Amino acid sequence: MDPAVAFAGPGLTRAGAGLAALALVPLGFLAVFFAWPVVAIVSLGLRSGSVLPTLADPDTWKLVGFTLAQAAGSTVVAVLAGLPVAFLLARVRLPGRWLVRVVVLVPFVLPTVVVGLAFKVLLPGGGAWTIVLANAFFNVAVVARTVAGLWAHTDRRAEDAAKALGASPARAFTSVVLPQLAPAIGSAAAIVFLFCATSFGVVLILGGAHYRTLETEIYLRTVEMLDLPTASALSLLQLLAVIAALSAGALARRRRETALRLRSAKETARRPRGGEWAVVGLACAVLVLLLVPIGSLVARSLTSGFAGYRALAGTGTSGTLVVSGWTAAENSLRAATDATLLALGLGIVASVVLVSLRRGRTRGTVVELVDAAMMLPLGVSAVTVGFGYLITLGALPGDLRTSPLLVPLAQALVVTPLVIRMVLPVLRSVDVRLRQAAATMGAGRLRVWREVDLPLAGRSVLAAAAFGYVVALGEFGATSFLARPDIPTLPVAIARLLSRPGELNNQMAYAACTVLMLVTIAVVLLVEWIGSGALGEF
Amino acid sequence: MVLRLSGVTVRYRDFTAVADADLEVADGEVLALLGPSGSGKSTLLRAVAGLEPLSGGVVEWDGVDLAGIAVHRRGFGLVFQDGQLFPHRDVAGNVAFGLRMARVPAARRADRVAELLRMVGLAGYQRRKVTELSGGEQQRVALARALAPKPKLLLLDEPLSALDRALRDQLAVDLAEVLRTAGTTALLVTHDQDEAFTVADRVAVLRAGRITQVGTPDEVYRWPADDQTAEFLGVTTILDAVASDGVVKTDLGPVELAVPDGPARLGLHPSAVRVGAGSVRGRVTARVHRRDHVRLTIEVGDRVVAAVAPTLGAPEPGDEVRLGLDADGIAVLHSRGNPTAH
Repeated sequence: MDPAVAFAGPGLTRAGAGLAALALVPLGFLAVFFAWPVVAIVSLGLRSGSVLPTLADPDTWKLVGFTLAQAAGSTVVAVLAGLPVAFLLARVRLPGRWLVRVVVLVPFVLPTVVVGLAFKVLLPGGGAWTIVLANAFFNVAVVARTVAGLWAHTDRRAEDAAKALGASPARAFTSVVLPQLAPAIGSAAAIVFLFCATSFGVVLILGGAHYRTLETEIYLRTVEMLDLPTASALSLLQLLAVIAALSAGALARRRRETALRLRSAKETARRPRGGEWAVVGLACAVLVLLLVPIGSLVARSLTSGFAGYRALAGTGTSGTLVVSGWTAAENSLRAATDATLLALGLGIVASVVLVSLRRGRTRGTVVELVDAAMMLPLGVSAVTVGFGYLITLGALPGDLRTSPLLVPLAQALVVTPLVIRMVLPVLRSVDVRLRQAAATMGAGRLRVWREVDLPLAGRSVLAAAAFGYVVALGEFGATSFLARPDIPTLPVAIARLLSRPGELNNQMAYAACTVLMLVTIAVVLLVEWIGSGALGEF
Repeated sequence: MVLRLSGVTVRYRDFTAVADADLEVADGEVLALLGPSGSGKSTLLRAVAGLEPLSGGVVEWDGVDLAGIAVHRRGFGLVFQDGQLFPHRDVAGNVAFGLRMARVPAARRADRVAELLRMVGLAGYQRRKVTELSGGEQQRVALARALAPKPKLLLLDEPLSALDRALRDQLAVDLAEVLRTAGTTALLVTHDQDEAFTVADRVAVLRAGRITQVGTPDEVYRWPADDQTAEFLGVTTILDAVASDGVVKTDLGPVELAVPDGPARLGLHPSAVRVGAGSVRGRVTARVHRRDHVRLTIEVGDRVVAAVAPTLGAPEPGDEVRLGLDADGIAVLHSRGNPTAH
């Protein structure tokens, strides 16, 4: 409870009840559209008795082995590539930093099918390494931004003190800087590992029938073999792994929050000197490598002129698609708009509830639990959720399974945690005394939100909306389960085009990917223009 | 119109921040809550504002208990140590905030904003961004913002502490004048006695959550309630002595003081001990140059006292000097003549 409110006597219970009612909105959504489907999958897996046979099957462990190995490999690559870029973002004051931020961020929000296809163009041979590189490509941004976030606010003087005591620059880095950054690196690595372990679109496109992970196997078992018991047993297995990874990440984050005295970012960036130029060079090399798949995809889409783009007006070779490419794009835009509005509403309400709880006298662990619950959808595989929808939502009135709202609902589930991670830190950073100043001048509880918190968080909300929009636009895992064949989104249409033979289909897919990519880049530029501070914890 | 606190207590779990505070502030009066950090003075101020729930006691305004009245309905202004200006509004937007909340029409708002900015010495600053103001300017805007809706009571929480010294001294004088011009009733929290004495009509001294003394600056300075209050107010040496016929005889020589005959306990500020003339001899052990005087540490017998001397021709460490007492720097403790004895 806000102390400014708590002391208002009669207002005490009213505000408390209001907050509780408000909390029900995101929690209720989470319960119906996340917890229930997931629990249904788990119980289906347990009841069918297929868990033990699945666990006993050596193929399962091969799947698990490959899933973990490719995730671990991708994480290592992403961390190694991300660290020099983090240095560039955090410690270096050079012109064109905004461009660096854009180049790093674009891969992270690119639709998975786009990235899958880009790497297919780049390395037609395919193979496990292609999957590792593609997954790492996505997640360099996570490492670079998470680590840079801490690095930029870490006191440079500890490093200077080490050098003054006789440490070489390399020694100062390993003995002072690296331990300070360890929590951020650990936390980023946990998230990257999670993303890579549950990566779907990339593996589906690059792995083909050869390289399968738990995530793609769940999809194939469900959609192609209609083997629901095994699919749900695999989902259960994956869920356990995800919870383990999330807990490790939460532990690392907790240490990160208490470990350091933070400085203003402005004090710590400067022009590079001496050996630092080598690191800057390395970072630039990473940035160029990030641009290569993007460039090769655009080039490939233009190999036969604009034929692919023109073909988007049709339905592909002998009607591969039920609707035209542009109609699919229109579906995508519509679903993403609905999903973004829904996610904004849910995310803002959840952030307001979380920050109110934190400002009040609620126990910290309660707040952390609610916070973690809101984050769960980010970690649980989208395929599991989509699959869960199929087996639960028939029980709801109005047959949601055939409703055009189904796809936006699933996408909102993925986008809401992003909105929370971007809006909550800003709300949390609003000085409580600023709100008290407003209250003493006659602003009531709601008025304080309107006059103080919302204007201050405005840029973050806008950025979250833009960011959420591209994520919804590119969402593939859950959407591929839920989109009806006659209302496909663009990513679903792309996957369909790729699964059927014909050069025209390929051309169309490349053109559609390029269009999606351009929209994504435009939105990232917009977010950058709104303000880099608006990105919160991402 | 009067603010009355009776038995006000604020507790956090097992820690009592303010214990049983009784206080009255009259219409138009400026009262300072003076105490070291951790004495509970800010907590008491926040309790009056309604930002801190009371564990016991009553806060009344004009005889009305404020317990059921929310912060935003009390009509009390508040100025924080670091301004807490709204970063997303310009100077005028900040000053006009309370007027908007009170639904004052736009034209009258603009007039009032201009009037207040003139009063705090920032005429024409309306369109400036608050993030580009200096610390002193920010505090002036914060003061104008709090005064704009004509609060019944203005609460100032260490309003000058974040500023550097020269600016603080200047702003303390300005603050006193603005409060007098506006005729505002005010409660000022500070740990700086100069600031309290400059701005306030009366001073309440707090220690460890309790109000130890309430009085005018002169009363508090000359007749502190007890040894610790005296030491907090700058007394460095406490002497027991005997008074007769308006003269107190001490180990450091005699001094004329209007206290009743009998035992007297004196607290000496450094300025009470003058070097040069006098009957007592001592040896200088240390010398520190202050802004407009020299501060000396002097051994007298087995006693060490602080003294001041003019900067010109001040003695060096090791020098033998003569000492005398000056009534001006002496506080009287535990005398029957103490008008503020509890």
